[in-house]
Amino acid sequence: MTHAATRRLHFDRLGTLLSLVGVAAIWLLPFVVFKINRIVSGHPRALIDVLPQWSTLTFYSTLALIAVIAVAVGNARIRLVAALLGIVAVALVIGGAADALTPPGNRWVRISPGAGFWVLLIALGLIATDAIARLRPRPGVRVLALLVTAVAVAAALASGYFDHLSIMREYAVNASRFTREARQHVLLAVGSLVAAVLVGLPLGVLCHRLPRIRAVILEVLSLIQTIPSIALFGILMVPLGVLAAREPWVAQLGISGIGAAPAVIALFLYSLLPVVANTVAGLARVSPATVDAARGMGLTNWQVLVAIEFILALPVILTGIRIVLVQNIGLVTIAALIGGGGFGTFVFQGLGQTAIDLVLLGAIPTVALAFSSAVLLDALVDVMNKALR
Amino acid sequence: MIKIELLRKQYGPVTVVNDVSLTIESGTVTVIVGTSGSGKSTLLRMINRLVEPSGGRVLIDDRDTAAEPAHLLRRRIGYAIQGHGLFPHRTVAENIATVPRLLGWKSARVRARVEELLAVFQLDPAAFAGKYPHQLSGGQQQRVGVARALAAEPNVLLMDEPFGALDPIIRSKAQDDLLGIQRRFGTTIVLVTHDMDEAFRLGNRVAVMSDGKVLQYDRPAMLLTKPADPFVSRLTCTGDRAMKLLSLTTAAEAAEPGIGEGPSVDGSASLRDVLSDLVWSGAGAATVMGSDGKPAGRLTIAAILAHGRQT
Repeated sequence: MTHAATRRLHFDRLGTLLSLVGVAAIWLLPFVVFKINRIVSGHPRALIDVLPQWSTLTFYSTLALIAVIAVAVGNARIRLVAALLGIVAVALVIGGAADALTPPGNRWVRISPGAGFWVLLIALGLIATDAIARLRPRPGVRVLALLVTAVAVAAALASGYFDHLSIMREYAVNASRFTREARQHVLLAVGSLVAAVLVGLPLGVLCHRLPRIRAVILEVLSLIQTIPSIALFGILMVPLGVLAAREPWVAQLGISGIGAAPAVIALFLYSLLPVVANTVAGLARVSPATVDAARGMGLTNWQVLVAIEFILALPVILTGIRIVLVQNIGLVTIAALIGGGGFGTFVFQGLGQTAIDLVLLGAIPTVALAFSSAVLLDALVDVMNKALR
Repeated sequence: MIKIELLRKQYGPVTVVNDVSLTIESGTVTVIVGTSGSGKSTLLRMINRLVEPSGGRVLIDDRDTAAEPAHLLRRRIGYAIQGHGLFPHRTVAENIATVPRLLGWKSARVRARVEELLAVFQLDPAAFAGKYPHQLSGGQQQRVGVARALAAEPNVLLMDEPFGALDPIIRSKAQDDLLGIQRRFGTTIVLVTHDMDEAFRLGNRVAVMSDGKVLQYDRPAMLLTKPADPFVSRLTCTGDRAMKLLSLTTAAEAAEPGIGEGPSVDGSASLRDVLSDLVWSGAGAATVMGSDGKPAGRLTIAAILAHGRQT
């Protein structure tokens, strides 16, 4: 082998690992599962028995090509395109399989994606994420890519192509509730975040100015973080229940031991530590010389805080807000346990009915929501950092 | 004129500045020099009330500085510090415009002032106005810091170790520039440093501080020839004190009539530099050039040496 050829030939370790995982997934795990109704356990079906031979073969050769690219091609753009192509192929095949397996007019059978489908999707997703990370797209490009992806997914789901898939079946049954729980989920996550920011920012400034209370406040907030969420809901239930029983006006506000009130309060308490700690860290990284010069030139204390310290601390504070938002979107799921609503409602209902498709109807949007807000806020932090070097 | 009367700062049982009184003439450069912990920075920061005095008072042009809110007082007083303290998220022009904006100047006036200052500090407005501090060299950042301090045409400029972060060559240039600017604007400058050479080079008067007290407040030559305190003599009586003394007199001041056979020197050069030139060239006398470029007198080695003698 010539020297030049050695240099051109690329060997990608991550790509190799993911390709092996993909091969194992196709070989060992069911790609699609057939169930006679939504709660019985299913039977795996081989793709070759479900789809026309040519499409199965096309699918497998596409995956093989992607595996080769993942192992041997270094160009990140090509890797990204290949991974996206793979995701589209996997989606087309699962939709087609669901279509083919559903007897006409039968509303009871459930065609679920099998473990093989999920593992393949994750492997392809990781190749795509890795390629994007190597491309280092600018924040605007990342947000645009997120938007395009969201529109593409929405259009694909709306097209009806996936309607025979089990999750979409569950969605069809729960469509009106889905919108309501989605709104509730966002409301709980964002509402508690806003409350945490409103309280946490001044608290952070206070901690920055008064080192003596800093240790105490951060200690207490860390302690709160160590309480498991279920336990915290339980702890809040008692005082809120008593309060609602004693004071009719509290009950009239809709506050009681269960429901949205304890959920928001618990999320708010969990959110305080990242907001306060990052505000303190952000203010601490502002150079003392800058603050001294600002005061020395005659800015008022308020102007120094708002126009200098706060602006310079903003990237770190936003990082804290990003942590809180992603954390809250996940935690809201558990709020459904105490009647707080949100996507968790589907998760726990599904668990209760052993209807795994209903669980996924709650879980997948939660993950998508958390991921999207992480991408958006990361982009915002990057923009801020660039502007405030 | 700045009158400091029995100014005092105490933190609990510790007295940082101990009943200091100084009178600083308008249009002069006063340097406060001392070791770290001597209270020199605290004294400076009490003038614009970044530190509130525990006792005593400061009068600027006969007005008590305590009579108005501190932030309004500070807008009338320039302030430049070590490491420049520029706002990293604002451009050079925005940084310089800080105090004029606070004072509510019209934007055309602000822009004109920013451009004037950039030109004075040898920073091309077209190239530098839109840059961010991190895009500048250390010397440029320091110049912008001083330009920003002078933006609202203050009568008084306070400087806390303004050249401490610069390397020796840029520092020496910055010191020359500062003297030029002081002559141009007639600003009263109070500067804090721990560097005795800097104090001698810049100060019309030098206040030596130790343990919160001013030990001597005098012209630089007097600190060398008539130290009022053992600490002052320890600070000034280093091996090169004769050379220091020579550096305080210019060639024009010391020149006698005639023409030297040796090198021509500028009238503004210090005797120390002229002596160095003569030693280097092996000549016995230098010709001193006037500001019109014509020979204005001469300086012999013997005459120079006489200036370096303790009198």
